[in-house]
Formats: sequence, C-alpha cells, structure tokens
Amino acid sequence: MQAEDKLTYETWPAEPEKSTLEAKNKFLGFWFFLGGETVLFASLFATYLALKDKVPDTTHTLAKDLYDLPLTFVATMLLLTSSLTSVYAMYHMKNFNAKKMNLWLILTLLLGLGFLGLEIYEFTHYVHEYHHTFTSSAFGSAFYTLVGFHGGHVAFGLLWITTLIVRNAKRGLDLYNAPKFYVASLYWHFIDVVWVFIFTVVYLMGMVG
Amino acid sequence: MSTYAQKKGFGATIWDYLTTVDHKKIAILYLIAGGFFFVVGGLEAVFIRIQLAVPNNDFVSAGLFNEIITMHGTTMIFLAAMPLVFAFMNAVMPLQIGARDVAFPFVNALGFWLFFFGGVFLNLSWFFDGAPDAGWTSYASLAMASKGHGVDFYVLGLQISGIGTLIGGINFLVTIINMRAPGMTYMRMPLFTWSTFVTSALILFAFPPLTVGLVLMMFDRMFGSNFFVTTMGGNTVIWEHLFWIFGHPEVYILVLPAFGIFSEIFAMFSRKRLFGYSSMVFATVLIGFLGFMVWAHHMFTTGLGPVANAIFAVATMAIGVPTGIKIFNWLLTMWGGSVKFTTPMLYALAFIPSFIAGGVTGVMLASAAADYQYHDTYFVVAHFHYVIVGGVVFAILAGTHLYWPKMFGTMLNDTLGKITFWLFFIGFHMTFFIQHFLGLWGMPRRVFTYLPGQGFETSNLISSLGAVFMSLAVLVLLYNVIMTSVKNVRVGNDPWGDGRTLEWALPSPPPFYNFKQLPLVRGLDAYWLEKMEGKKGMTPAEPLGDIHMPNSSFLPFVIAFGLFVAAFGALFNMDDKAWSVPVLIIGLLITFGAMFLRSVKDDHGFHIHKEDLMEDDNDKGAKA
Repeated sequence: MQAEDKLTYETWPAEPEKSTLEAKNKFLGFWFFLGGETVLFASLFATYLALKDKVPDTTHTLAKDLYDLPLTFVATMLLLTSSLTSVYAMYHMKNFNAKKMNLWLILTLLLGLGFLGLEIYEFTHYVHEYHHTFTSSAFGSAFYTLVGFHGGHVAFGLLWITTLIVRNAKRGLDLYNAPKFYVASLYWHFIDVVWVFIFTVVYLMGMVG
Repeated sequence: MSTYAQKKGFGATIWDYLTTVDHKKIAILYLIAGGFFFVVGGLEAVFIRIQLAVPNNDFVSAGLFNEIITMHGTTMIFLAAMPLVFAFMNAVMPLQIGARDVAFPFVNALGFWLFFFGGVFLNLSWFFDGAPDAGWTSYASLAMASKGHGVDFYVLGLQISGIGTLIGGINFLVTIINMRAPGMTYMRMPLFTWSTFVTSALILFAFPPLTVGLVLMMFDRMFGSNFFVTTMGGNTVIWEHLFWIFGHPEVYILVLPAFGIFSEIFAMFSRKRLFGYSSMVFATVLIGFLGFMVWAHHMFTTGLGPVANAIFAVATMAIGVPTGIKIFNWLLTMWGGSVKFTTPMLYALAFIPSFIAGGVTGVMLASAAADYQYHDTYFVVAHFHYVIVGGVVFAILAGTHLYWPKMFGTMLNDTLGKITFWLFFIGFHMTFFIQHFLGLWGMPRRVFTYLPGQGFETSNLISSLGAVFMSLAVLVLLYNVIMTSVKNVRVGNDPWGDGRTLEWALPSPPPFYNFKQLPLVRGLDAYWLEKMEGKKGMTPAEPLGDIHMPNSSFLPFVIAFGLFVAAFGALFNMDDKAWSVPVLIIGLLITFGAMFLRSVKDDHGFHIHKEDLMEDDNDKGAKA
C-alpha cells in the first residue's frame, strides 16, 4: 500500500498506523523515542528523590506539608480520562471515521487543558502560600524541574494534537496522516504513564514522608 | 562523487549538500566536519604537549591550559570521534543491509546539522571570553565556580549536538530493523551493521541522562536553581552520576563501531570468513549491556562506600570476558588465512596489541583499592588514550582508507597510507606508553606544569616528541587525500578485490538509490558467496520497478540553525544584554516555525520510473 492511495471504509486496512513502510518506520521509531524519554524521566526522578526535602534551613516547607492530595487527585483523574478518550479516538481512526476521531481528540485536548490549568494553579499556590519556588531550595528546583518537564510535555502534546486536527480537518484520513495521529496518541499515553509515576513517587510518597 | 555533481556549478553543489537527505552525502558531510574537528582537537593536543615538553614552561598560562585540555577532550569525543564513526555508519550500513536509504532521511540530515551547529557553537567560545575550563567531564563543583561563559558554551553546545546524535541513533535502529533486504536475517548481518545496531541502542539510552545533566547545569548557571549548590541543599555528586551513566556507555558507543570496522577488515584481508561470527554478535550485545552497569568505576574515590565500589569493580572486570572473546576471534580469523598487508589491515594488526594494553590497564584501574593510587594521574590518561586512540582512532584511520573508494570512487595511495600508519603507530606509543610510568611516579593529570628535578623531564619530552610523529602522520594523510583526489583514478565495484559484504557489489560511489533492484541475500558475506559461485553480482530479489525516494529539504539546516541562534540569546541573557531575549525568541521561532512547516506540508517524496532506471544502465550512476 502507498501513502497516497485514496481509500474507502471497505479498503481501509486493519492497522493503518503501520500499513506502509514509512508508517512502520514512524511507528517503530516513535517507540524508540519513547524509550529514550523514559530514561530522561528516570534521570529526573532520580534527581528528585536525591534532593527531596533538601532545603537550606528549617523555615522551608517540606513535602508532607506542601502537597495537596485532593487537587492532584482531580488532576490525575483528568489526565487518566484523557488517555481513555484518546483510545476512543484511535478506535474511530481504525474505523475510518475522521469526524468521531476528531471529536474524541478534542475531548482529549480539553481534559489535557484542564490538567494543565490545575498544575499551573498548584504551582502558583506553592509559590505564594509556601514560598516554595524554583530557586528557594534544591528541593524546589528538583520538584519544579520534574513536574515541570511533565507539564511541558503535556503542553507540547496539546499543541501537537491541535496542529494535527487543524491540518487534517478538511481532508479526512489517509495512510499518510493516520500514523501521525497514532504516534501522537502514543505520546499522550506516555505522558499519562509518567504522570502515574509522578503521582506515586512525588505526591503519595511525599505524604508519607 | 557522481558525475551529476560534477556537471553542476560550485554553488549548486553546495546547495545540494545543504539540502541533501541522501545517507551517502550525509556521510561525506560527517567525514568533513568530523575531520575538521579532529584537526582542531589535534592542534589542542599539540599545544598541551608543547606546554608539558619541558618543566616550568610558560607557553600557555594555567587558565588557558585548562581551557585547552577541556576543549581537547570535548572536541575529540563529541565532535571528532562520534561524527567520524557516524560517517562510516551512514556511508556503509544501509549498503550492507541492502537498503535504499535510512528509515528517516530527513531526520538523518537534521541529526548532522544539529551536531554541526552544536560543535560550531562550542568552538565559538574561544572568541567570546574563553572556552570551557572545567574538564571534558565538567564536574559541577568546578563548573559552577567557572567564571565567564565557557561552561555555558559547553552546556548549550553539547545539548544541541547531543539531540542530533540521539535522533541519529533512533534512525539507525529503525533502519536496521525495518529496511533489511530479502534474506538479510539478523544473523546474516555484517559485524559492522551489528555494532551500529548495538551502538545505536546505547546512544538511545545513554544520551538522555546527559541531556538531563546538562539541563540541570544550565538551570543552575542561568536561572538560579540549586541542584549543585550545596548551601541550598544541592548535591554535586548528582552530576557525576548523570555524566558517567552517559559517559561510560559513550566509551562503548565509540569502540563498538571500531570493533565492527576491524571485524570487516580482518575477514576481508585474511580472505576468510570471520571466525566465531555468532559469538562475535553475542559479545557485542553483551558489551553493550554491561556497558551500562559500570559507570561508578569512574567515581571510586568519590566515597560511595566499599559495597558500591566492589560491585562496580567486579562488573567492570566482567567486560573483559566478551572483549577477550572478540580478540581471540580476530586472531583465529587470521589463523590459516591468506593475509594481505594493506593499510587498513596494518591498522587492524596494530590495534590488537595496542587495545589489549589499554584493556589490561583498564582491569588494573577497575581494582577499586588500587584505583586510589592511579586516580587523576597520567596512568589514567595513558589508559584511555590506549583504548580510544589504539581502538577508535586506529579504526577511523583504517576505515578512512578502507571505505574511501566506496565513498569517493577513488583509492587512497597505499604507500602513503602505510607511511601514515607507521608514523602514527610509532608516535602514538611514544606519546602514551611513557605516560603509564609518569602516572605511577606520581605526575597528576590536568596540571599545567611541573618542577624540574622530580624525574618527569625526560619522559615528558619523549611524550611530546611522539606527538610530532602523529602530527606528521595526519599531514601525510591530508596530502594523500589531496593528491589522490586531484588524480581521481576511478575504481570499480570492488576495488580491494576482497569485498565480502553487499556494499562492494555496488558501483563506487553507488547511485543515489543504491540498489536498482533489492538484492537477494543468501547467507553471511552475501557478495562473497556470489563471487565464489562465479557470479558477477547479486541476484535481484524483485523485478525492476519504480523506486520511491525522499525529497531533498533545506529545513534540517534551518531547524538546527534556529537552535544555534537561540543558544546565543540564552547565553548572553546572563549578562542582562538587552538584545538577548529577542535573539532567543527569534532563534526558537526559526526552529519551531521550520518544524511546523515540516509538519503541515506534506512530503510524499518522488518516484524514479522504471524507464529512467533502464536508461541508467547506459551511463552508470550518472542520474540523480
């Protein structure tokens, strides 16, 4: 099959994300990229764990007095749900239904945007209420770098998926853009998995000291 | 270079190389840029040896000496050895597996330009109040205290070129998995392809920790964070860990392709199948795996405690086993073979004892208790130059002579090649052998001078004289390149006459689509098998048909250039220069704008039609 082929519902392949050589390459290459990203976040996690609660003096707030679990729980739910909606989007992609795919992707974007909003609120809250800033202690630097890197990934994902939707709004699905949607959803799942680890390692383990 | 390139004007050729996505041309770009930085790093080495030739020398100041040793190490590792290795990977690996290009030709070009602009940025530090001076390892305790912008150039330059290397690694991995010709199973891949594969996996997992380390240092130096500021709760040992989790695999990233090149050379010029092929593959993979388990042997004196030191000492010594397997396999490949002493083969022969010497001192250094004595002395300097020069640089020089005809269509002069070899071989041992003893006698590394009467004078003078021989060797090589390029005697498919793998079944240089019809691979040493059966070339695995090729693009250059501009903005923002933020924003806009353009503009590539391919039979390789 070629990327330029015009396809219908009947001729649409079962796995459009890897039905051309270019698509297969993209699919595999992106998995490798996520492998590299995993090591990147692993390094950031290690740095955070080494610097957790490392502050210059006793006036600084430590992890267990800082984190607000209800807020992060809501954020977690938003992001987990957005992963689910992106699965539905891919389901419709595989069924050659561009309209429904876009609908679910837009829902994914809204949930992601909600998550990002909560994270920004959380950060400003820490800065204003607790004077826990990027420069106030090594703990602060490590916290904002790890969680901020994740937030940056979410923001990039939002821009990426938005670009994809806008670019392909009029022409629907083909074997050239289907792999693009697919790897974007892979990326979105990856962000979600990283968040699960942040929620566990930073917030839950932060509460138990 | 194809006749097509020769017909074009100079400007058109430049534009062709700026926009190329062809792996063979990108290989040439890597070779030229890597060769340039090799000469730069070599000059820095010469300055070091001039300064140390006699005691109490004042050829350079102590501060400048620090900058020179830092830039020598950084340049040689990141900007010379890596790109030169990448040059051969690009030139040869796709041909060896029977592919028409790499999996992501655009990304391949982007990887090159990122490396190039990162390297240029780093070296521009010489012209902006000083180069980095905290050593190539840039330990945080030194780097944070470094005045001026040297360390910032280091951080940003390596970040940019590191991204290029990372995407290059992903590209090679996917190429090898997805684009092998029919019949090219994993266990029929030439050893150089195998080592490219394992090296790429190492790059993928080793570079992100460096990325993080550089980000942390950038944040500390530019944005006031406290990762490495101990008074604020920071910890400089984090940098050591992140750097060496990258840094040790980096050693294998360099030396595995060297092993791959030598494996090809031993088989070719012994005119015999590589001995113990499957154990070679196994050893390569095992070295790659163990390479990640040993980083803390660089930190024995940091104070991690006896348990950690013991574990990392044993793991380090374990790497000697797969490496030993390889050494014996190379020896047994020559055993009973009909050995031809060409220039590449001389390097291969010299590599074995030289590299073993480096390996033996490696095991000595791995003994944690003894390491307290060797640490930060010239013994360490001698050790890593034995493995990196005796392994990697020998392989790069051997590969240059071996693959030159495949890349440029003309041979390097073998006599001059042998002169280069002997000058380099003698100079190398003269420079570095004596340094083992200097180290054991107590001469510390990275110190800009020494006093007379400590017993260091004669040895240092000998060491410096060795550098003269190596410099002469490089000059002879450059003369060789110029002379043979001017003569430009064209050669056929298999100029060495002993080619075993697929690249030698193609014209030199190959047409831009490599294989008109993908070849059918019937075993290890695919081309050799066909030759032994009296056939002239490979049996095609497909009928002649249209070939799909990628479009050239200027965007990779633009994306990398944008980051180069942005890096200047970020760097001078520290001085509160008014223009720095606009420059940063403009740079990022260039990069992200080009990425956006790439994203929204469809690029389906083009097809070469069957009829044009048949015409090509008449004027071989002339079409582009």
